[in-house]
Amino acid sequence: MTLLSAEDVSVRFGDTEVLRDVDFAIDPGEIVTVVGPNGSGKSTLLRVLLGVIRPNMGKVTRKDGLAIGYMPQRLALDGRMPLTVRRFLSLPVPRPAEAARAALARVGVAGVEGQQLATLSGGQFQRVLLARALLAAPQLLIMDEPTQGLDQPGTAAFYKLIEDVRAETGAAVLMVSHDLHVVMSASDRVICLNGHICCQGTPKVVVNAPEYRALFGLGTSGAFALYQHAHDHDHDHAEHVDAG
Amino acid sequence: MLDDFLLRAVLAGLALALAAGPLGCFVVWRRMAYFGEATSHAAILGVALALAMSANIFVGTLSVALLMALAVSALTDRGLAMDTTLGVLAHSALAFGLVGVSFVQGARMDLTAYLFGDILAVGRGDLAIIWTGVAAVLALLAWRWSALLTTTLNEDLAVASGLNPRRERLVLTLALALVVAVAIKVVGALLIVAMLIIPAAAARGPSRTPEAMAALAAAVGILAVLGGLWASLQFDTPAGPSIVAAAAVLFTLGLALPHRG
Repeated sequence: MTLLSAEDVSVRFGDTEVLRDVDFAIDPGEIVTVVGPNGSGKSTLLRVLLGVIRPNMGKVTRKDGLAIGYMPQRLALDGRMPLTVRRFLSLPVPRPAEAARAALARVGVAGVEGQQLATLSGGQFQRVLLARALLAAPQLLIMDEPTQGLDQPGTAAFYKLIEDVRAETGAAVLMVSHDLHVVMSASDRVICLNGHICCQGTPKVVVNAPEYRALFGLGTSGAFALYQHAHDHDHDHAEHVDAG
Repeated sequence: MLDDFLLRAVLAGLALALAAGPLGCFVVWRRMAYFGEATSHAAILGVALALAMSANIFVGTLSVALLMALAVSALTDRGLAMDTTLGVLAHSALAFGLVGVSFVQGARMDLTAYLFGDILAVGRGDLAIIWTGVAAVLALLAWRWSALLTTTLNEDLAVASGLNPRRERLVLTLALALVVAVAIKVVGALLIVAMLIIPAAAARGPSRTPEAMAALAAAVGILAVLGGLWASLQFDTPAGPSIVAAAAVLFTLGLALPHRG
């Protein structure tokens, strides 16, 4: 029973083909991560699946009544709009105070209701976004770069939280990420995207796939260095690959 | 009781402040100031067309403001360079409007009334139109409030919540055109954007939620109307600019208040 699927999806912006013949499906309870270099169409794929962008070709199918919880990468908040955490949790659907309190406690930021969203730390902010998504009782959580701006321990803690949430609620999780190593160990399935799907499978299969190595240049000397973040953390990559 | 010109002026100003406060918050949050300029400058073209065709001024300004707002929205959707495009559209509309008005017999004298407002000349019919327009704007904003906030924060998030960002933008466009059409008599085409932005900016500091900011912006607008009208009578200054000047003074005083959010 597939929650959400895409068949032969292609997207063009003007003359640029951003996605080509992408097939995708996610089942209940799965954690799927999409990785790829900048400009590989990761965010476009998410937006097609969310229904923001209509593909030029192919189609997207949702299970009837699918409840999606979405975590955007950022909000247009730069201090112009005053917004408390409590108010944000009720946008656009009003949520009871008790449910809001419980959701915040569940993601580890109990008691921040009265704080301004703009003054939260990066880690607190991501957790509040997750709390809001969970209030929709989602069968599928979709996250765009959920750990951007978090340090390594913060990132690891966030993925642990996502795994726990999946275990408790049975929600499937689809995310786009740059955190190659940590994300891979937390995923059931990894999709390596570069305009089209280069390779996919369990994290172990993907890191050993030649397409993935060509794209990210991990463990191969002189290969493309498209993925800068990986180089920042080269020192710990071996251990994470083994763990994956 | 409505025979008193001052009472009519106060009622017209209060109506504008009530609608401009909440709508102005969206103008600030979404950085739509230039969009507001284009729409309000287009209103002068609407005045010229209405005078030339002996049509109702309100209908003329509303139609042209709406057309301009829709045109600008469509261009935004296509991602054109907005500051240049808006600048071209706004000032072309204003220039053609001014040129157009000069062809109409006797209208030249009236022009300042449309550029800077003529709140002391608001009649009963004007009041009815202004309050109807304001009621429509407030109803529209109240109905779509949460959807508008969500869309403003993140359009993808709005889609994922089952909303249609394009529709929400259309709501704001319509509300803006309505406010421009009712405000032209009160503060004039050149100062409408000031009544949208200044009270909202003044309300930002002490507010903790979007709702508080919208309510406070309306309150600041009301104070500015009362203060401006008082100053206008006291010192024999033009009413529209006096109202905007009062709003600017309130904004400055507000900077001294502690910032709460």
